[in-house]
Amino acid sequence: MALDSKIPQGPLADKWTRHKNEINLVNPANKRLIDVIVVGTGLAGGSAAATLAELGYNVKAFCFQDSPRRAHSIAAQGGINAAKNYQGDGDSTYRLFYDTVKGGDYRSREANVYRLAEVSANIIDQCVAQGVPFARDYGGLLDNRSFGGVLVSRTFYAKGQTGQQLLLGAYSAMNRQIGRGKIKMYNRHEMLDVVVVDGKARGIITRNLVTGEIERHSAHAVVLGTGGYGNVFFLSTNAMGSNVTAAWKAHKRGAYFANPCYTQIHPTCIPVSGDHQSKLTLMSESLRNDGRIWVPKHKKDVEAIRNKTLKPTDIKEEDRDYYLERRYPAFGNLVPRDVASRAAKERCDAGYGVNATGEAVYLDFASAIERYGKEQAHVKGLNENDAALVKKLGQEVVKTKYGNLFQMYEKIVDENPYETPMMIYPAVHYTMGGIWVDYNLQTTVPGLYAIGEANFSDHGANRLGASALMQGLADGYFVLPYTIGDYLANDIRTGPIPTDTKEFEEAENKVRSEIEHFINNNGTKPVDYFHKKLGKIMWNKCGMARNEKDLKAAIEEISQLREEFWKDVRVPGDADEFNEELAKAGRVADFLELGELFAKDALIREESAGGHFREEYQTDEGEAMRRKEFQFVSAWEYKGEPKDAVLHKEDLQYENIEVKERSYK
Amino acid sequence: MSGILNSSIGRKFAMALSALFLMVFLLQHFAINILSVFSENAFNEASHFMGTFWAVQFILQPILILGIIFHFTMGIILEIQNRKARKVSYAKNNGSANSSWMSRNMIWTGLIIEGFLVVHMANIWWHEMMVKYIDPQPVDATRYYEELVEHFQSPVIVGIYVVAFVFLALHLMHGFNSAFQSIGANNKYTKALKGISKVYSIGIPAGFVFIALYHHFAH
Amino acid sequence: MNLTLKIWRQKNANAKGKMVDYQISNVSPDMSFLEMLDVLNTELIEKGEEPVSFDHDCREGICGSCSLYINGEAHGPDRLVTTCQLHMRKFKDGDTIYIEPWRAKAFPVIKDLIVDRSAFDRVQHAGGFISVNTSGNTQDANAIPIEKANADKAFDAATCIGCGACVASCKNSSAMLFVSAKVSQFALLPQGQVEATDRVMNMVNQMDAEGFGNCTNTGACEVECPKGISLENIARMNREYLKASFKG
Repeated sequence: MALDSKIPQGPLADKWTRHKNEINLVNPANKRLIDVIVVGTGLAGGSAAATLAELGYNVKAFCFQDSPRRAHSIAAQGGINAAKNYQGDGDSTYRLFYDTVKGGDYRSREANVYRLAEVSANIIDQCVAQGVPFARDYGGLLDNRSFGGVLVSRTFYAKGQTGQQLLLGAYSAMNRQIGRGKIKMYNRHEMLDVVVVDGKARGIITRNLVTGEIERHSAHAVVLGTGGYGNVFFLSTNAMGSNVTAAWKAHKRGAYFANPCYTQIHPTCIPVSGDHQSKLTLMSESLRNDGRIWVPKHKKDVEAIRNKTLKPTDIKEEDRDYYLERRYPAFGNLVPRDVASRAAKERCDAGYGVNATGEAVYLDFASAIERYGKEQAHVKGLNENDAALVKKLGQEVVKTKYGNLFQMYEKIVDENPYETPMMIYPAVHYTMGGIWVDYNLQTTVPGLYAIGEANFSDHGANRLGASALMQGLADGYFVLPYTIGDYLANDIRTGPIPTDTKEFEEAENKVRSEIEHFINNNGTKPVDYFHKKLGKIMWNKCGMARNEKDLKAAIEEISQLREEFWKDVRVPGDADEFNEELAKAGRVADFLELGELFAKDALIREESAGGHFREEYQTDEGEAMRRKEFQFVSAWEYKGEPKDAVLHKEDLQYENIEVKERSYK
Repeated sequence: MSGILNSSIGRKFAMALSALFLMVFLLQHFAINILSVFSENAFNEASHFMGTFWAVQFILQPILILGIIFHFTMGIILEIQNRKARKVSYAKNNGSANSSWMSRNMIWTGLIIEGFLVVHMANIWWHEMMVKYIDPQPVDATRYYEELVEHFQSPVIVGIYVVAFVFLALHLMHGFNSAFQSIGANNKYTKALKGISKVYSIGIPAGFVFIALYHHFAH
Repeated sequence: MNLTLKIWRQKNANAKGKMVDYQISNVSPDMSFLEMLDVLNTELIEKGEEPVSFDHDCREGICGSCSLYINGEAHGPDRLVTTCQLHMRKFKDGDTIYIEPWRAKAFPVIKDLIVDRSAFDRVQHAGGFISVNTSGNTQDANAIPIEKANADKAFDAATCIGCGACVASCKNSSAMLFVSAKVSQFALLPQGQVEATDRVMNMVNQMDAEGFGNCTNTGACEVECPKGISLENIARMNREYLKASFKG
């Protein structure tokens, strides 16, 4: 099947308006006759469910957590971008569009990104109207901060809990519809398959995680807002439950999977402390507004720090290497995430890592504390040369800005970041790749839609900070609810979709047989054993830097591990009860397939772009080398084993932006 | 407005209002009693006024009795409901880590005070009722002081008195602020209120105890 | 570190549960409490026993899933943390640790340490929202300036993660801190005024219907709350409720 991205004709700035004017609508009376399933209740799924219900559709929403409010969007810290230009610093829709395409290393679709930038301002209006308490200044107006890879302040925030506040906003919109009976909410339900009838997505199979019951749910369309697959690395900043299962099952039912190798490794996370570690904790990118990243200039200092005979605060200014400021003077510590992460890896690989494992760099607030302290002393008419006073005042300012993050760091690491620099290291955070969708956010299966992190559409090969929240809400509030009408307009006479058909039967049986296999397998090793092993392969061979030899080895190793998993995994307990190991087994089974496709995608992409860095393709200065012949989206079609997946290419055209070398120097 | 007593917040509000009323009464009661330490005459006058003025006798007194009964009954009802809200209790619960002993034992301090009130009413109030209404005696505007002094001669009564007021102090140490929180007062004055609460909840019971001991030992 | 764990085991909602003892060794002080339980579970699975079920997800203190009553306190002895942020360095070698589920009639046990907190969701369905359509046709976000102090207070109330520690810690199993946080967030913002009366009435009525106890102002909830939600919110809700009641 040829890929048709369905990008509307006309000038870039008019495409979305024109498209909205031209697509089919469903009249209010008919919307009552149409059911829509939404899987996932994060920013994308939650906002879509609420809006669809408000428009009049009958919505069934599903989440595996015990409440929609716990979806992992809640953990997003730093902020949400919007081209409001409240700061009057030259921001515009075009500039947000430009920054996003450039930040994505020219691997995203122009029309989608422009639409995203266009609706971004509306998101802020919407959220404020529903009571999201964004940060404000003393005049009572909304405040902004600045994020990596851009030259304006367009990020709206609510301390370090922006994701939480936005999700609670979407959740409250859902609550209103649940209260009205327009959304039927299924908590603690995991989607285990999509049901395709006559080529159209018509329902899903779920497992009730409390009772173990396998259920059939039908609808006229199915929307997946199920997030990313960063947990294929085992250790990531994702929640423990975040998984690829819904997306992967959709892939197996015909949805193409796009750019699986585009993974964002976030530069500022708390380093791994030991083998027991179950997840990694992010320290918001907003910290790079005020924190300076460095390692010692001299190996002897590195040694001394590792032996704990030297404290970082004792190293003199001239003996520190502020490597981001050195390499990228224009953007300094606020280079995009992919660039910052690779730079940290480069220093650590060269032997300058500052903790016992050699995988950590410093994020230092001492200069910010001094700067703010002096400012405060000046404002208050106190002595600007009193170092102790300046430090105290400065620390207070930093506390109001980042207090919760500093507290979180101290709880985990047991060191006081006000006194000694934080130690950070990159960690898997976000996946730009995902289910392929057209301009309408429809996958290659008619009636099956993917929104938010679950799709691939807007971030290209690298996502800018504070853009994930923007995309999730844009898709859910302002894009999908309209584009889906174009499809559903043909279903007004269809009537309820029956679940007693052979398609549902087949899908349910498939789900049941997989579960039975796990329960009866009598293997010897717990699910986590395999998940951790997979994670190690992914991190070492498909991580921040990749090469042909490693990728080929990874494909081989993952395929072997998968075989071993099916033979030797042990799942205790029964199928008809709450059984977390069983749920995990199903998720890891899918990660083991996705991981291989991931490596395969990285292997064929013989260039470096954004989060995908191939060691063979770098400039003399060690920067990513993009190649014109790879200016396409790789969309994979499922054909059985991951190794048999077939590649389809969607060429990317840039008509409104000049493709040039992405430089932050 | 109707049915406010059917809601948890409404019940707490009523509980707080009755508590505030009782605290005002207690203060008034104390003000009169302390007169006995300074002036026999003043005490007698005040007591006689309270005991004979119609508005006190036929309006305030019934309200007070209803207030006490309401506070007591509602306290027990709430306690029963609250116990029902947790069917299985914890194997290990470290209540002292997050709350004061007083706040966790209001029902017990309350019941002990209630027990004292029964004794107190039987001893003093019932006597008053007898003298005034049931078996009327000639009006004697100076009998109050003598009766008070005589009352506190018994070490048993003074003992009960002291114990009861210790529990009253404990009850008030939580109850005073709690009443204000329940009616929605938690603001910049709360800190100051906490200071007043301490003075009131320790000072008033201590004062009552002082009066009892004073008369016990002074005569 | 070597530890003795006393853990509540209960097969399902209808089964009778009991405390069961487990020994665990080689616990690193850098582990989080849940990572310690992960280690225990791996050992149990390898021995062919059923692992201990507990709710958890984000493991960074924000999703509100984790919910353990540890040594008699919600989220354990540390302050302003959830169980997933509690580290083993807070315990000593040889300690005995009690691990129990939240206990409240309104939070029935599902399995082992997992409880059903959907009562919280139902309270929110009753009024935890501002009735504005998500069409995006609202006025500009800066059209109504909001006093910073109120915006900050609304934010502080809104940081509630809905974990249920307040209910678990309260000797009366009262949900006042949770409900008041939501009521306060909207009560402090101009957008929330229009529906203020109905909101507080409906949410409090639903809270009562769920079988939570009455607030007696012990303050345990505020101390144990991992997000430090203030008792001021409860007072504010009391005011809002009384105001609404008299309005009729």
